[in-house]
Amino acid sequence: MPRYLVCNADETEPGTFKDRYLMEFLPHLLIEGLLIASYALGSHSTYIYIRGEYAWIPDILEEAIAEAKQNGWLGKNIQGTGFDLEIYVQRGGGAYICGEETALIESLEGKRGNPRIKPPFPAVKGLWQCPTVVNNVETLAAVVPIINIGGEEYAKIGIGKSTGTKLISACGNIKKPGVYEIDMTISVEEFIYSDEYCGGIPKGRRLKACIPGGSSVPILPANLLLKTAKGEARMMTYESLNDGGFATGSMMGSGGFVVLDEDQCVVRNTYTLARFYHHESCGQCSPCREGTGWMKRVLHNIEYGKGKMSDIDLLWDIQRKIEGNTICPLGDAAAWPVAAAIRHFRDEFEWHVKNPNAAQQRNFGIAHYADPLPVAAAAV
Amino acid sequence: MAEEKKLFKVKIDNISVEVEPGTTILNAARQIGGDIVPPAMCYYSKLEGSGGKCRTCLVKVTKGSEADPRPMPKLVASCRTTVMDGMEVANITSPEVQDARKGVVEFLLLNHPLDCPICDQAGECHLQDLGYEHGADGTRYEFKRRTFDQIDIGDNIKLHMTRCILCYRCVYTADQLTNRREHGILGRGEHSEISTYIHKALDNEFIGNVIDVCPVGALTDRTFRFKNRVWFLKPVDAHRNCDKCCGKTVLWMRGDEIFRVTARKDKYGEVEDFICDTCRFDTKETSAWTIEGPRKIDRHSVISQGHYVGTVKPKDTIVEVMDGRQPRLLMDIHSISQVNRPEIDLSKIDGPAHSDDFNNAKS
Ligand SMILES: Cc1cc2nc3c(=O)[nH]c(=O)nc-3n(C[C@H](O)[C@H](O)[C@H](O)COP(=O)(O)O)c2cc1C
Ligand code: SF4
Ligand code: SF4
Ligand code: FES
Repeated sequence: MPRYLVCNADETEPGTFKDRYLMEFLPHLLIEGLLIASYALGSHSTYIYIRGEYAWIPDILEEAIAEAKQNGWLGKNIQGTGFDLEIYVQRGGGAYICGEETALIESLEGKRGNPRIKPPFPAVKGLWQCPTVVNNVETLAAVVPIINIGGEEYAKIGIGKSTGTKLISACGNIKKPGVYEIDMTISVEEFIYSDEYCGGIPKGRRLKACIPGGSSVPILPANLLLKTAKGEARMMTYESLNDGGFATGSMMGSGGFVVLDEDQCVVRNTYTLARFYHHESCGQCSPCREGTGWMKRVLHNIEYGKGKMSDIDLLWDIQRKIEGNTICPLGDAAAWPVAAAIRHFRDEFEWHVKNPNAAQQRNFGIAHYADPLPVAAAAV
Repeated sequence: MAEEKKLFKVKIDNISVEVEPGTTILNAARQIGGDIVPPAMCYYSKLEGSGGKCRTCLVKVTKGSEADPRPMPKLVASCRTTVMDGMEVANITSPEVQDARKGVVEFLLLNHPLDCPICDQAGECHLQDLGYEHGADGTRYEFKRRTFDQIDIGDNIKLHMTRCILCYRCVYTADQLTNRREHGILGRGEHSEISTYIHKALDNEFIGNVIDVCPVGALTDRTFRFKNRVWFLKPVDAHRNCDKCCGKTVLWMRGDEIFRVTARKDKYGEVEDFICDTCRFDTKETSAWTIEGPRKIDRHSVISQGHYVGTVKPKDTIVEVMDGRQPRLLMDIHSISQVNRPEIDLSKIDGPAHSDDFNNAKS
């Protein structure tokens, strides 16, 4: 039975653009990683499933694949080893859900991109019912340095379980947005403020909140972002970002680091995210299909001065009934940002309900969440 | 060498059952039967790949298996989760499951038009049953509900997408019973809609079965539309020699008249055998059928309320009294009165029934 390797280059998570960088500027790194991984897995046909909106990147990849072929690194009997490999680039139609591995496989097979019900997992029954491994672009590109310097050496980078390097795509209210490779030894504070990375926040504004790992992970207010609930400095590591669980922590997620300054409105931000998840739900299962639209509409009311106090509890209840009850994690991803926003910024929601006119006239929320905290009775 | 079949021991709501490996939790629960069977709005045992979508059948696995007793972290869809030896499952004994199910029912009803008073499915609708058993009294949804235009799928089937709960059963039916794929889902998320590919009429001998598999009134029989309320009709088992299907059906009759023909359904509302469109839409004369007897409807829907035993065809009638009409096959005779409690077998009463008959029976 054939086995397949599929490279997930669907990168649609808002705030995430690290895979784009790798494919645009280092396509051969990805091809080398794919070659090694395909050899290890015994895959002779390997696919790169790329996000439809990355319209110019397939050409870059195709060109690199042609170059690799010309030099005997792809095709039949690669470098005399007897190993054959073809890499195919497949463009998606522009759906976030096709980044979910089983929806991706359905889409690759030419079907509607609905996530499959698991089990069976792709490693057992994946592409065309054959064993399949789906990995992210960054994961596959990381294979190369691991093979080159050896796993042990590579694991010496970083601290704790956060070994190796990680690409962070930083955006939002920072002076130097872009993709940064970090070795997971620095603190969040250093990452935001040091000139080597984000360079601080423009116009002398203060930090209010941050979504540290792509739109699906919980948003954190400045105080919990810079320091954990235990009062330790929060580090840019898997463990530290997750410290405190969802109550007071967040996740590394996809490495999409979105910074919000004191002039940003958390309600508006949450509404924007809810619109995204509503638009991207595949509609297969009822909690996500119906719940995402409901949350979007309730958030719209609050943001546009038509909200009620009870709407905040209603939102909490809706997200609670979506989370964990759906086929694929998109339901959770839609629920978490809403939950975190209410958990940490409840009075900003309440302010919108109590001041409907002001909420419509100004486009920002309550500044007292901004660092340093707490700012006593900030002007509302 | 005959392989020895090892059965898996499973406990659902503290009731033990032994089932074959590969059985789903839902089917294990159905083997036990009764209240502990999770409701299923999308799973359909006769349709491959069905299930997992509506999420009404969510249960809690409190013990994974004998070998790995850890509980499962999330609620699982019982229709798509297979049992392990020693597994323990909580359905009605878990408040968490009940709460989640209530949420799912609310989601399913969120955009539902609740037009039961003008819906042909009312009385035999799974969503009505589900809402009645697990739903809330009112809605918390304050927004406009989504609507779609009605579509005629050929001469016989009406698609009323506004009522659809997107269970995908009709899609699997069209895919698995008919040889061409013309029926599927267009659009995404909340805007998904069932469609015959760009409104192409499905012309296939078995397509009428989509009406039977539809749990709600989204797909209805145009030959029956608005003709009668299902609970006024008498279901009888009947058969005929059919060269296309099993020919075993249920006729829904009033007097001598056949109002509609459906497949026979079990207590979970699943058809026993699919029937062809000729039997369903085009064979409505009583003479074409051999009537076997009343069909007992084993569901809690309204349709199961019309209990009656014995179909009687009166032999001697006075033609003048009947206005010259010939006697009809079924005289709408209820042998058991459901109206006057306690239940009384009317045939046991000598002569016309009198209130005393009931009063005496009570004491
Ligand atoms: C809704 C949804 C969208 C996803 N989108 C992506 C994506 O765009 N890119 C990606 O690499 N993984 C995405 N994933 C994760 C994949 O399902 C899968 O876990 C990942 O490709 C595994 O790669 P890794 O183990 O190398 O990280 C998504 C998951 C979900 C639930
Ligand atoms: S959770 Fe949402 S995106 Fe995932 S399968 Fe269900 S409806 Fe589709
Ligand atoms: S039309 Fe009926 S059977 Fe088809 S998906 Fe909708 S509810 Fe299910
Ligand atoms: S019956 Fe199991 S999810 Fe619908």
